Amino acid sequence: MRLLSLSLLLLLPVALQAQHTYTPADIQEGGRLFRANCVLCHGPEGDQVPGIDLGHGRFRQTYSESALIKIIQNGIPGTGMPPNNLQDFQAEIVVAYLRSLATAGRTVTGNGNAARGKVIFAGKGNCASCHRVNGVGSRVGPDLSDIAALRRTVEIEQSLLDPNAEVLPQNRTYRVVTSQGETITGRLLNVDTFTVQILDSKERLLSLQRSGLRESGLVKDSPMPSYRDKLSSQELADVVAYLATLKGL
Amino acid sequence: MMRLSIFFSTLLIAGTLSAQVSFDRIVNAGKEPQNWLTYSGNMMSQRYSPLAQITPQNVKDLEQKWVFQARSLEKFEATPLVVDGIMYTVQAPNDIVALDPVTGRVFWTYSYSPSPASRPCCGRVNRGVAVVGDTLFMGTIDAHLVAVDAKNGRPLWNTTVAKPEAGYAITHAPLVIKDKVIVGVAGGEFGIRGFIAAYDVKTGKEDWRFNTIPGPGEPGHETWAGDSWKTGGASVWVTGSYDPALNLTYWGIGNAGPDYNGDLRAGDNLYSSSVVALDADTGKIKWHYQFSPHDEFDYDAVQVPVLADIVWQGQMRKVMLWANRNGFFYVLDRATGKFLLGKPFVEVNWASGFDEAGRPMRIPGKVPTPEGTVIFPGNQGGTNWYSPSFSPRTGLFYIPSWVNYSSVYIKADADYEEGKRFVGTSPRSLIGGANGGAAKINTRREDEGYGAVRAIDPMTGDRKWEFKMNDVTDAGIMTTGSDLLFSGGREGYFFALDARNGQLLWRANLGGTVASGPMSYSVAGKQYIAVSAGNSLFVYGLRE
Repeated sequence: MRLLSLSLLLLLPVALQAQHTYTPADIQEGGRLFRANCVLCHGPEGDQVPGIDLGHGRFRQTYSESALIKIIQNGIPGTGMPPNNLQDFQAEIVVAYLRSLATAGRTVTGNGNAARGKVIFAGKGNCASCHRVNGVGSRVGPDLSDIAALRRTVEIEQSLLDPNAEVLPQNRTYRVVTSQGETITGRLLNVDTFTVQILDSKERLLSLQRSGLRESGLVKDSPMPSYRDKLSSQELADVVAYLATLKGL
Repeated sequence: MMRLSIFFSTLLIAGTLSAQVSFDRIVNAGKEPQNWLTYSGNMMSQRYSPLAQITPQNVKDLEQKWVFQARSLEKFEATPLVVDGIMYTVQAPNDIVALDPVTGRVFWTYSYSPSPASRPCCGRVNRGVAVVGDTLFMGTIDAHLVAVDAKNGRPLWNTTVAKPEAGYAITHAPLVIKDKVIVGVAGGEFGIRGFIAAYDVKTGKEDWRFNTIPGPGEPGHETWAGDSWKTGGASVWVTGSYDPALNLTYWGIGNAGPDYNGDLRAGDNLYSSSVVALDADTGKIKWHYQFSPHDEFDYDAVQVPVLADIVWQGQMRKVMLWANRNGFFYVLDRATGKFLLGKPFVEVNWASGFDEAGRPMRIPGKVPTPEGTVIFPGNQGGTNWYSPSFSPRTGLFYIPSWVNYSSVYIKADADYEEGKRFVGTSPRSLIGGANGGAAKINTRREDEGYGAVRAIDPMTGDRKWEFKMNDVTDAGIMTTGSDLLFSGGREGYFFALDARNGQLLWRANLGGTVASGPMSYSVAGKQYIAVSAGNSLFVYGLRE
């Protein structure tokens, strides 16, 4: 019993400390694996099985990290928890993702209405001028058709309120000035020692020789504006609710 | 009839040229630069070709002569040998292929089927074969050593070196010294106990064995707490070197295990993360130098030991040049092991320098922790197994480098179970290893890490020049007698630089990561450059 209490006490601090030790890419990949393997039973927030809230470290008994990894891989015989074909590293980043759930909290904008959010997305929010959903809208920003399968609602909300808080590497913006003096800005798709590939603001796939450019480099800030003062709290909640329905084909 | 006679005369010429590869020829490989007789080109492992037909002036006229596409999706890490007009390479995991080095046409393939129990940590790869007489030697990923007839590809003997079930494997090219063929075992992530062993070239019978972790009663055993020596790793997975005058063979030893948690193995953990100098006849240790005592960062010392004879502080000296995974460049006296110089060649934050004896001075707090610690260089190292090069013409040492690169080291418990990974969690990095790397797609910032060829003056450890790449590099480096430097990177470019100043002279896009060291040879007076990238072997020569 003493051991159990101690373990419960230990679990959260470790989780809090450990969240900084994984890269965003690790957490994202862990989330992808979670959604591919776990979400059917545990739900997107990890709280769908009675008595278990993966996002807050609540289990029917206390487990160490290595025990959790073994459970993910081997399942729990005699229960509904099946074995999963995941390597050690994959199971580790699933646990890392779950820890990120525990510390990331919930959305701050409250409950939204997805139908209203869809209208705001297309209208007042002008989101489709940069983003595309199921074939409609601009390709300049990230395609959001499956954003709910990739990101948690709390992360979607953060992107709306504070777009610079986290720009994923695949969404970085690149700016070049050609030898003719033309400035081109776009989403960086790939770069190597000699060339760079971008999707520019006119939705052109461009491949450029870096040696022929006057200037080239990443743009520090995200081109995404903050909607903190552009939309009301309820409107933000509605947009988040709408985006949370976008789970891809 | 005419065509038939040409065919027969070609055969005759090939037969005339072909001769047994005596050990004397291997030791004096510099006298026959048309051939490439060992993994690194010569026993000093300088990966330097004296050939000089391709020059800084005409290198722009290089064209692709042929491509050998392997029937394997594994990384192509092998360096081919060229012996009297025949090329030998390895198609992963363990097929030896004999080719015409002018046309790329295959003479024969020897296919070896490794045991399903084999479980190399980091790819079912092989880095090449060794040759002596008419016999080729290959280590296999299920820890066998096989001898194959170089003329017809038929197996001659097959020796079990270690148990693949326990995580043992052989991935490097063997090294032939006199009548022995020498290999070491990989498996540092599986709790093996490493060793280097010599086998009779004729029979495959073991002649001597050097345990890279000393057993009870042997000097160095006290550097392992309790029974940790039994599962301490200290693997070998890159080919060693040989000094015939000293009769010493030099090998780099891998990390201690579990990799990232040293609690159970208190002590320096000899000879992990060290270079050892062994008597080539007996396997007895003559000296050692440990680059990373009690390593917890996976800093394998599995770099090629590069031997050079240079004027050091006014006197000719037999030295060893070593850019280590731990981020430091070293100069050692290879007769005695004496530490002569140590200087970072990339960012290092785990040690501040060296004491008088050459032991690194650790920076407090820079150890793996449960909450994670940022360490420079990161898990793949400032460099890794990628072959460096020393040019006796420029006097410079060239390092495939990972710059601005770090990992977060997280410590966790590790329980040993035979054949299972035994590492104590895994570090986190923005840049993946060769298996996990994005390879083709790169959207990183420079401060997140990049690759470079860095040229170092061995006298001072100072950097003379740098060729920056946007992505990191898994490619080796070769220099030539015309001051060319060939290398590549993860982006898939293969390029030639001026070895004197790093200026880019030529490049080609091979479409796959260059994870091998280039080499050069000549046939009928024409110089060729070979390199593996992606799943294929590419050969270049001057346009005719």
